[in-house]
Amino acid sequence: MEKQSKKEKKSVVKIFVEELSRSSFVFILLAIFSGLVIGGVLAAATTEDVYEAFRSSFGEGILESLNLIWETYSSLFTGSFGKPAKMVTALFSGDRDLIREAYKPFLESLVTSTPYIFTGVAIALGFQAGVFNIGAEGQLFMGSIMSAWAGFTFKGLPPIIHVPLALGIGFLAGALWGFIPGWLKAKTGAHEVINTIMMNYIAFNLTEFLIGGPMQDPVDSFKTPLIEESAKLPRLFADPLRFNVGFFIAIGVAVLTWYLLYKTTWGFEVRSVGLNPDASRYAGINATMITIASLALSGAFSGLGGASIMLGVTFRQTQSLSTGYGFDAIAVALLAKNHPIGVILSAMLFGFMRHGSRLMQLKTGIPIDIISILQGLIIFFLAAPAIIRTFYRLKEPKKEFEE
Amino acid sequence: MAPILELQGITKRFPGVLANDHIDLKLNQGEILALLGENGAGKSTLMNILYGLYSPDEGTIKKNGEVIEINRPQDAIDAGIGMVHQHFMLVPVFTVTENVMLGNEYLRSLGFLDKQKAADRVREISDQFNLNIDPDALIEDLPVGLQQRVEIIKLLFRNAEILIMDEPSAVLTPQEVDELFKIMHNLVEQGKSIIFITHKLKEVLECSDRIMVIRAGKVVGEALPEKASTNKLAAMMVGRQVELKVKKKLAKPGDVVLEVKNLTIVNKNRKIEVDNVSFDVRAGEVLGIAGVQGNGQTELVRCLTGLMKAESGEVKILGEETTNHTPREIIESGVAHIPEDRQKDGLILPYPVKDNLVLCTYYLKPFAKNFILQPDVINKNAKELVEDFDIRTPGITAFTSGLSGGNQQKVIVAREFSRPIDLLIASQPTRGLDVGSIEYIHGRMIAKRDEGTAILLVSTELDEVMQLADRIAVMFRGEIIAVVDAAIATKEELGLLMAGIKTEVGKKKPKKTTVREIVT
Repeated sequence: MEKQSKKEKKSVVKIFVEELSRSSFVFILLAIFSGLVIGGVLAAATTEDVYEAFRSSFGEGILESLNLIWETYSSLFTGSFGKPAKMVTALFSGDRDLIREAYKPFLESLVTSTPYIFTGVAIALGFQAGVFNIGAEGQLFMGSIMSAWAGFTFKGLPPIIHVPLALGIGFLAGALWGFIPGWLKAKTGAHEVINTIMMNYIAFNLTEFLIGGPMQDPVDSFKTPLIEESAKLPRLFADPLRFNVGFFIAIGVAVLTWYLLYKTTWGFEVRSVGLNPDASRYAGINATMITIASLALSGAFSGLGGASIMLGVTFRQTQSLSTGYGFDAIAVALLAKNHPIGVILSAMLFGFMRHGSRLMQLKTGIPIDIISILQGLIIFFLAAPAIIRTFYRLKEPKKEFEE
Repeated sequence: MAPILELQGITKRFPGVLANDHIDLKLNQGEILALLGENGAGKSTLMNILYGLYSPDEGTIKKNGEVIEINRPQDAIDAGIGMVHQHFMLVPVFTVTENVMLGNEYLRSLGFLDKQKAADRVREISDQFNLNIDPDALIEDLPVGLQQRVEIIKLLFRNAEILIMDEPSAVLTPQEVDELFKIMHNLVEQGKSIIFITHKLKEVLECSDRIMVIRAGKVVGEALPEKASTNKLAAMMVGRQVELKVKKKLAKPGDVVLEVKNLTIVNKNRKIEVDNVSFDVRAGEVLGIAGVQGNGQTELVRCLTGLMKAESGEVKILGEETTNHTPREIIESGVAHIPEDRQKDGLILPYPVKDNLVLCTYYLKPFAKNFILQPDVINKNAKELVEDFDIRTPGITAFTSGLSGGNQQKVIVAREFSRPIDLLIASQPTRGLDVGSIEYIHGRMIAKRDEGTAILLVSTELDEVMQLADRIAVMFRGEIIAVVDAAIATKEELGLLMAGIKTEVGKKKPKKTTVREIVT
């Protein structure tokens, strides 16, 4: 009681600020902000023009640096969201083509975000179960190549059957690629990090073999044939907008995973095993089965991610299908603290940065690689909470309780 | 004469906790000062300050009247302060001499080690203080009691004048404890001074010259052993009157609940941990298993609860064969288990209290329906149990990691006692807990016994076994070497059995009699 009355004396604002500084959401935002600041400094430090300006005078150098950082981030923004003014005027003009043009960057960013959501959820699920799935990229490849196969092999099916069939086969292919390392871990104790990495190489080389041989398009080499029209994920707008229902499936998978993890007995078991396998075994949970099942489901979600690219965007398997979605997804999951709903947001951050960076490179000459540096910096700050907490004078999150 | 060591106004704050609040302490030369307090009272913090592992926020340390600065362990060693840690810091594959000289090597020319000189010094120290240690023995061959003496030699080798001993009796048999006290008296007679940290009341009265009690970071009083009693000290430690003796009626044993026949357990390295053990436990009685840590008790419990496979033999619960069944099958047959290591096996620390309270039953109705968890039922269950078992927590959603050890253990007890059980397997149920929590958990266990639950109690604390058990089985090197009636067993007799020496009682009865025969 005494404690409570003390608390009441504090002003509401103070309590609000205090609670805010403890929340992990604010912490994550600050980590992103810090990453952007240092990323900006790096962008300036690697540009010849800035050095040129510094040679004439210090003030001019600073000015040039700020200008460059502004240019970089504003073009990153317009590249990923579009130009706000253009978006508003287009909407008012009512001209379909103008609207499409104005909203294209935003919708394309969503397309880029989709596989990040799938793979991010996959890896978050693995982490929740205490397994580090580095094999998302390989599982994604298996999902895409197998859904491509389902897409061009079956002919004459109605879309209502063909699309779920192709997605389902992608799902199963990914599940198999997750199940194998899970099973090896349970039966032989082989570490999943090693085995998922190895499964990646098998997946890459198997894909390469398939598109160069058994599944090669009769006309184009090192590509599969285009999938049937009936297997394509429905697009919501006319060409060239590629935005399709894959995005909504991804959101659905994230929400489903959240529900499974936090509302069902199976999720309780997964989280228990992830946090303390010894106590889980003590409580009668079959930790071995949980490990295998969650790695398989994790792989299945990655496979679904691959299928969504295949059936929604590229329509055929090539060598350059993925730009490392499965690896970036580790960062996506970490940024979201392995929460499936958080993954949607962090996947969109990554997706939007990736897509926007193309325009940024065109306009400022800053290489796309800066995005990888930004991602690295954000993860660095997340992994070193002490830095952020000290720098911004944040309070420790509440956890200690002594009698 | 100024005291050899004086602490004045030592204060140490941790975020949210005042661990030491203006503590004053005086240690005279040639004295054993007992520092008594519950876990979390601030004893360890104070000693870690003295040993240079923490630096105090306020206060000064004086040695022989002069202020000294201790910022790291080396400063403490230089000032003649040494510490025997609860967990020994020894390299098992090294000899005594090698361990002792580690970090303080005698060198010959060109940097070669002078082991001979060091060994001579070790022998000299051993003789001087009657420690009886062979400098060339390998640490791994020595029993725990002797390993502890090696730790003491390490300090004397570095010319320590003040020895801090952190819960030195925790790992010893009663006989070894007696030996240790003799050595401690030897040391002070020859001019050393000792600070003896403990929460065991009897030992304090037996061995110290002066007692200082701390509670919640403050010195709450001093006492002389001649004038103090265990009850008085316990009251000072806890801050209220405590029942030290467990009150219990005579057991009324019913049918056999747990029956173990010729059970043999082998570990991963094919070493026999439990060797052809047979016993049974009846409804409404407590069978205590006494023994020094590491004589197969851990493996026995893990096997009975399904966490480890048996090599051969048979386990029956209520007449049903459960040998090598899964933990869930065993739980469902009516077995509750308080595990030895509560943080590793018993709890998921990052979980809120309410989830730990359903850790074994989350999948059953009413906590889940068709695989969907029922948060309302889980919350209601948690509120009731927190109330019922007096678990001190800020709320049912508070993380279990933030609770004190005693309250964490109460969470386990509440969970295990709240479902219908026929057999309770309690392994070290009060290890590391404060007097108040021990009192509470013992009371709850006896109440369960009186309800007709069969209880298998495994503990390395002989006092605990003697107080709670109706019959006592002593384990030594994986075998049950004797089963005695708790009413007539003496501490000395059990102590000898724990060391593997069979007394009259042990000899008279054939080795593998079932427990029943001895009682009736």
